[in-house]
Amino acid sequence: MKKFALAGNPNCGKTTLFNALTGSTAYVGNWPGVTVDKREGTYKRCPEPVSVVDLPGIYSLSPYTPEEVISRNFILDERPDCVINIVDATNLERNLYLTTQLMEIDVPLVIALNMMDAVEKNGDAIDAKALEKKMGVPVVEISALKGKGIAELMDRAYRASEKARRGETVLRDSPLAHLIRDVTIALEGQKVSAPLFHAVKLSETDEIEVKMHPELVRMVEEFKATFSDDTFGTDFEAIVADARYRYISQNFSSVLTKKDAERGKLTKSDRIDRVLTHRIWGIPIFLVILFAVFHLTFSEDFLYLGAIFRLPSLEELGLMTADGEYINFGAQFAAVFYDGAVYSPGVMLTNLLSLALDSVSALAAGWLSSSPAWVSGFLVDGCLGGLFAVLGFLPQILLLFLFFSVLEDTGYMARVAFILDRIFRKFGLSGRAFMPMIMGFGCSLPAMINTRTLADEKERTATIRVIPFFSCGAKLPILTAIAGAIIYQLGAGNADVITYSMYLLGMATAIVTVILMRSTTMRGDVPPFIMELPAYHLPQFRGLMIHLWDKLKHFVKKAFTIILVSTILVWFLSHFNWAWGYLDDEQMNESILASVGMLLQPLFTPLGFGSQLTQYGWIFAVAAINGLIAKENVVSTFGTIAACLGFALMDGMDEGVAEAVSMMQATGITVPALIAFIAFNMTTIPCFAAVATAKAELPKGKFKWTLLFWLVTSYIVASMIYVIGSWWWTAFLYAAAFAVAIALIVLWNKRRPVSHKVNRGEEAE
Amino acid sequence: MKKTLDEFNIGEAGKIVSVSGEGRLRRRLFDMGVTPGAEVLLRKKAPLGDPLEVTIRGYELTLRKTEAACVTMEVEK
Repeated sequence: MKKFALAGNPNCGKTTLFNALTGSTAYVGNWPGVTVDKREGTYKRCPEPVSVVDLPGIYSLSPYTPEEVISRNFILDERPDCVINIVDATNLERNLYLTTQLMEIDVPLVIALNMMDAVEKNGDAIDAKALEKKMGVPVVEISALKGKGIAELMDRAYRASEKARRGETVLRDSPLAHLIRDVTIALEGQKVSAPLFHAVKLSETDEIEVKMHPELVRMVEEFKATFSDDTFGTDFEAIVADARYRYISQNFSSVLTKKDAERGKLTKSDRIDRVLTHRIWGIPIFLVILFAVFHLTFSEDFLYLGAIFRLPSLEELGLMTADGEYINFGAQFAAVFYDGAVYSPGVMLTNLLSLALDSVSALAAGWLSSSPAWVSGFLVDGCLGGLFAVLGFLPQILLLFLFFSVLEDTGYMARVAFILDRIFRKFGLSGRAFMPMIMGFGCSLPAMINTRTLADEKERTATIRVIPFFSCGAKLPILTAIAGAIIYQLGAGNADVITYSMYLLGMATAIVTVILMRSTTMRGDVPPFIMELPAYHLPQFRGLMIHLWDKLKHFVKKAFTIILVSTILVWFLSHFNWAWGYLDDEQMNESILASVGMLLQPLFTPLGFGSQLTQYGWIFAVAAINGLIAKENVVSTFGTIAACLGFALMDGMDEGVAEAVSMMQATGITVPALIAFIAFNMTTIPCFAAVATAKAELPKGKFKWTLLFWLVTSYIVASMIYVIGSWWWTAFLYAAAFAVAIALIVLWNKRRPVSHKVNRGEEAE
Repeated sequence: MKKTLDEFNIGEAGKIVSVSGEGRLRRRLFDMGVTPGAEVLLRKKAPLGDPLEVTIRGYELTLRKTEAACVTMEVEK
C-alpha cells in the first residue's frame, strides 16, 4: 500500500485535512501543536487504497522540539511515497520556509494550498499556477474545512508518487552553493539517501547531522576558514535561513496580490484581540471568563438568583414534605432544575442523569427484593452503586471540556498563555502550562492529555505531576463533607472558608513543588516562549461535537471496565472474611478490607488518622485507599460504614456531612487530623484513571518517580498540618527544616551549574 | 538608529539587523522567520509588560523580552 505523509506548519489545517481524507475524528484545535504524535488512516478513493500519515506540525526540519524530530525522521527514514505539504495560504511566507526544506529531500512532493477561501474573503489573491511553475512541484488549491479540492489533490499526489523526484534547493545562488554541492557529491559517494538535504543540514552544522557524518564536518570547517560574508561572517546557519526567506520574498511577492497593502489596518480578529489582551482589562476579562466557565458547570445557585431574590425552596412551596419526600413525580422532576435557587446548566444535567440512574437502581432493587441479601447487595451496591457514582460526574466533565474546547478553538487559550507567561515564568514554567493546570479543577484526565501542547519535556513532566493538586470535581465531596463536620464539631465557623482554603492549599503545594522540582531534579533553563498567535475564528461546531463524542465514548468505556471491576472488588473485600464467609453490613469490622486497613493504619499515625484512633480507625485508612480507585469512594465509604454503624443521622445536614460527623464520633479523630485527611487525599496519588493517563503521557522512566513524588508530597503536607495543628510550636521546627533544605539546595546548585547540553530530559532523578 | 527589539515601544517598527543567542533558541527564531532583513512591528505587550507580540512576515508572533533582546533592530523612521 502506498504511504502519503501530511507535513506542514502547526495550525495550518493538517488534521482537518486528515479527517476529511480518512473519515477519522482526530481532534483539531486552534492552538499551535495539537497533534503531538503521528497518526495513520486510509484514503480509499485513489486507484488503490492509500495510507495517510498525519505528522505533528513543524516550522522547520531542524530538531527543536520532539515533534520536529518525529516528522523529520518519518520523512527521511520511512520514505513515504509522497509528501503532501499543507501550506496555509493566509500565511504564505512562513509556511513556504518549510516547503523549501522539504523540497531538498528526494521524495515526491505536492503542495496543498489550504485556506484559500479565507484569502479570497480578505480580497487577496494567490496565483497557484505561477507558484507551481516557480516551485517545480504540483500545487493544488484546497479548503480542508469545506472538503474542496481534495479529490484533485489526492489525484495529483498519486500521480506524483508514480515517479521518483530528485531534491532541489533554493540555495543554488547563495554564497554556500559551492560547499553544498561538494558535500552533496561526497554524500552521494557514500550512497546516502537524500544527499542534498543532508548536505544542507551539514553545512548548517545541525546537531543530528554532525553526529551522523562526523567525517564530513572537516569539509565544512575548511570552507568556513576561507569564507567571509559582509553581514553574517561565517554564521552558516544564519546565511541559510536568510537565503531561504530571501528567495521566498523575492519570488513570491508576485504570486500574492494583497488588496490592502496598507499596514496597520485592523481586521476583525485584531479588534477582538485589542479587548481580550488589553493592558488593564486583559487579566480581569480572563478571570471573569474562567469564573463563568466554572459557574456554568458547577454552581448550585446560577447567577446567584436564589440568594439575591430569596427564592423559596421546594419545601416552602409545598412540593416537598419535611421528611424530604416529593409530593409527586412532577415535584421530583422540578427538583432537577430548582430548589431555592436555579441550578447552573451543569448541575441540571447532573441531576437529570442522577434521576435516571436512581430510578434504574430502584428498579433493580425492586426486582431483587426476593433474592438473597448478598445477591441484591452485590448487584445494587457493589456494581450499580460504584458505577453510577462515577457516571454521575459525566455531564459536568463533558460540559467543562466543551467550554475549554470552545476557548481553545477560537484561539483565546493561546492569548491566555500570552497574558500569564510572566507569572508562570517565576515558577520555572511557561504560559502554556496554564491551560492544563486550570483544567485540573474539572478533571485530571483531560488536563494531563492537554500537556502535550507543551514543547519542553521537563515542563510537561512537572505539569503532569502537579495537576492532581488542582482539586478535581470528584474531590469536592470530600472537602464539603469534612468541612461541614468540622464546623459541627467546633460549633462555629464557616465551611466555605475551609473548602476555599483547601483549594488554595492545593495550589500552594503545586507552586512550591514545581519550584522545588525545577531547582533539584529538573533543573534547566525556563523553557523559551516563542509562539505563534493564531487568528481568532468561530469554533467549528462539527469538530466540537466530534471531540465531545470521543470523550463520552472514552469515559463510558472506562466506567464499564476499570471502575466497574474495582467497585466489585471493593464490595467483595468488604463483605467477605478470610475464610470466604459472607458478612452482613454490620460485620464489616471482620472483613478482609478491615484487616488490611488495620494493617496499614499505623502508617497514617503521623498524619493523625492512624493508630491513635479507636476501634473503627481503620475506616480512614480504607477510605483513603478506596480513593485511589476513584476519589468519590472516600465519602461513599463513610456513607456505607456510617449506615452500618447505625448512627442516627441528624436532620438538616447535607449529604456526606452527617456521615463525616458520625465517623468523627465513632473514631474520636481530632480536627487537625481531619484537615490532614483532606490534604492527604487531595495531594496523594490521584484516582486510578488519572494514574493510567499519567503513565501514558509522561516521558519514559518518569512514571514510578511520579508515583513516589505524589506519595511523599501528600505525606509531608498532611503530617505537617496534623503536627502543627496539634502542637503549634512545631511550626518553628518545620520552618527551620525548610530553611536548611533550601539553603542546601541553593548551595548545591551554585556548585553545579546547569549544563546546557543535557536538555533532552535524560537526567537522573 | 539601532536598538534591540525588547527596547521597542508599542507601534514602533523596524528591520532586523542581526540575531544572537544560544544555538537552539536562535535556530527557533530563524525558523519562525526572525531573520536579518525581516520587518517587524511591535504590536503590543502583555498586561504584565512581558511577553511581546510582534507582526512579522504577515503573522503574529509572541516572544519574551529576554528572547527579544537577542534581536538587534534598525529602527524605521
